[in-house]
Amino acid sequence: MKTTEQLEAKLKRRSKAAKLEIWGRLVSLTALMLIVAVVVAIIGFVASKGIATFTSNHVSLWDFLSGKSWNPGVNGANGKPEVGALPMIVGSFLITILSAIVATPFAIGTAVFMNEISPNKGAKILQPVTELLVGIPSVVYGFIGLSVVVPTTRAIFGGSGFGILSGTCVLFVMILPTVTSMSADALRAVPRYYREASLALGATQWQTIYKVVLRAATPGLMTAVVFGMARAFGEALAVQMVIGNAALMPNSLVSPSSTLTSVLTTGIGNTVMGSLQNNALWSLALVLLFMSLVFNLIIRLIGRKGRLQ
Amino acid sequence: MNSKTQNKIAIGGLYGIAGLVVLILLALLGYILVSGVPQLSWHFLTAPGKAFLKGGGVGIQLYNSFYLLILAMLISFPIALGAAVYLYEYAKDNWVTTTIRTAIEILSSLPSVVVGLFGFLFFVVKLHLGFSILSGAFALTFFNLPLLTRSIEDSLRTISDVQREGGLALGLSRWETVTRVILPAAVPSILTGVILSAGRVFGEAAALIYTAGQSAPALDFTDWNPFNISSPLNPMRPAETLAVHIWKINSEGIMPDAKAISSGSSAVLVIAILLFNFAARYLGKRLYKRLTSA
Repeated sequence: MKTTEQLEAKLKRRSKAAKLEIWGRLVSLTALMLIVAVVVAIIGFVASKGIATFTSNHVSLWDFLSGKSWNPGVNGANGKPEVGALPMIVGSFLITILSAIVATPFAIGTAVFMNEISPNKGAKILQPVTELLVGIPSVVYGFIGLSVVVPTTRAIFGGSGFGILSGTCVLFVMILPTVTSMSADALRAVPRYYREASLALGATQWQTIYKVVLRAATPGLMTAVVFGMARAFGEALAVQMVIGNAALMPNSLVSPSSTLTSVLTTGIGNTVMGSLQNNALWSLALVLLFMSLVFNLIIRLIGRKGRLQ
Repeated sequence: MNSKTQNKIAIGGLYGIAGLVVLILLALLGYILVSGVPQLSWHFLTAPGKAFLKGGGVGIQLYNSFYLLILAMLISFPIALGAAVYLYEYAKDNWVTTTIRTAIEILSSLPSVVVGLFGFLFFVVKLHLGFSILSGAFALTFFNLPLLTRSIEDSLRTISDVQREGGLALGLSRWETVTRVILPAAVPSILTGVILSAGRVFGEAAALIYTAGQSAPALDFTDWNPFNISSPLNPMRPAETLAVHIWKINSEGIMPDAKAISSGSSAVLVIAILLFNFAARYLGKRLYKRLTSA
């Protein structure tokens, strides 16, 4: 009797391979969960610190979003601390939208050129160069902005040369490679027979590009542009080096101003943890986080819409 | 205007735009290299920096950059590999998986300064690691994880399902199929992805300012005991990297040759990224030839 029981137990026991399988599955699942935990932790921590301005320092959300003077630590005329983040929010949006407006035609034009007009030159020259430039560190862009763009704007428009215009120029060059290579991917995804059908109908090459290829690739192109905008919005150091860092409402494109990221990078090291000055900065970080989620959502919506067509 | 002239004008315009973009991009690269390469010398690459005088080098910063890169890669590679294997080989296509993918995408789109601030809050302040290489390596890991995971997943996707079916048909478990069949076949493209992401990590600065710190204390390169404060291996010392150094000396540096040092450092960064790119392509191709019969 004992031997049959032993045999049964032996057969029911997990084999070495099955144990390994469970172990491997568990290990890889743990790794994945770790990443998810990181995402949750980042959002949770930044949100809890960012909300403190409103909950423990009793600043109203509206004052924060619409106030024009940023001077935490000093009480304004109404006896409340001056934590108006509008100048930074406006600065960030302005610089993002302007650089996207400038970069989009260049990026899409280049993508069309390397995909539709001259695939040979595109593959040989443009593609490697754009791919390489995607990887250039942002501080290098900032340094070039500081040593080339700022003096140039100073010479042309006077003033200090620091400001939205210089920031736009730097961000334009910075997001250009990213948007170009993503646009090229979008164009590449348009099936070849679309073009053939259009050309067979007697359309010229430009008509084919304009009325067929670009239309078919619109969701992908929009994703590329929004992606570039998200990158521009979140860029910190390159912008901080050329924007002038004055927390004032930008009254012209060449006056020193600031963005959410530039105030964060310069400020967070000079404030004491837990103080209002510090909490207000975390609220800016929360705005930044929120906007990055919004950009993510937009990209997702465009993708979904593109799939339905 | 008939459609043929329109066509000619438009195509001409596209030529112009593409030419202009190439010009901008080449001018950018050219400027970095032309202004930076003359600054490079053995002394510049190895000597420690000087705060107030001319003639400082970037030796410590360069070393810190590589040390941080290696640490960050050592931490992030196993996690990214595991996550990618689970996502592609195990996960079912349901809402949980979709949510996880969304979370990873969100992490990859977070501005690096936010990742850096989280690192500051969590590792530097909460866990009392201080401004240290370890805090910096963790911040870089967070920055790197989503990209590396996606690139490894893409590598797994290129391996045909025939290989998986073959492994399972031989009686291997799923895990064994992955480790014995799929991963060896995917090594070349995984390696390419790792090197390319290393290039991005190497140049990252915003995530490091408040985690690895902005100071580069002198190192004693004869002392390899990781517990000594001046040892290059000590992970608890503050470590300014090359990218942070460029930012730092341009915003608050007071040495007289800040511009020359930044030009030189920029050139070093760009050349390093170039090398990473070429290495990725070359090694990927070479390994592919070696490991497969193709």
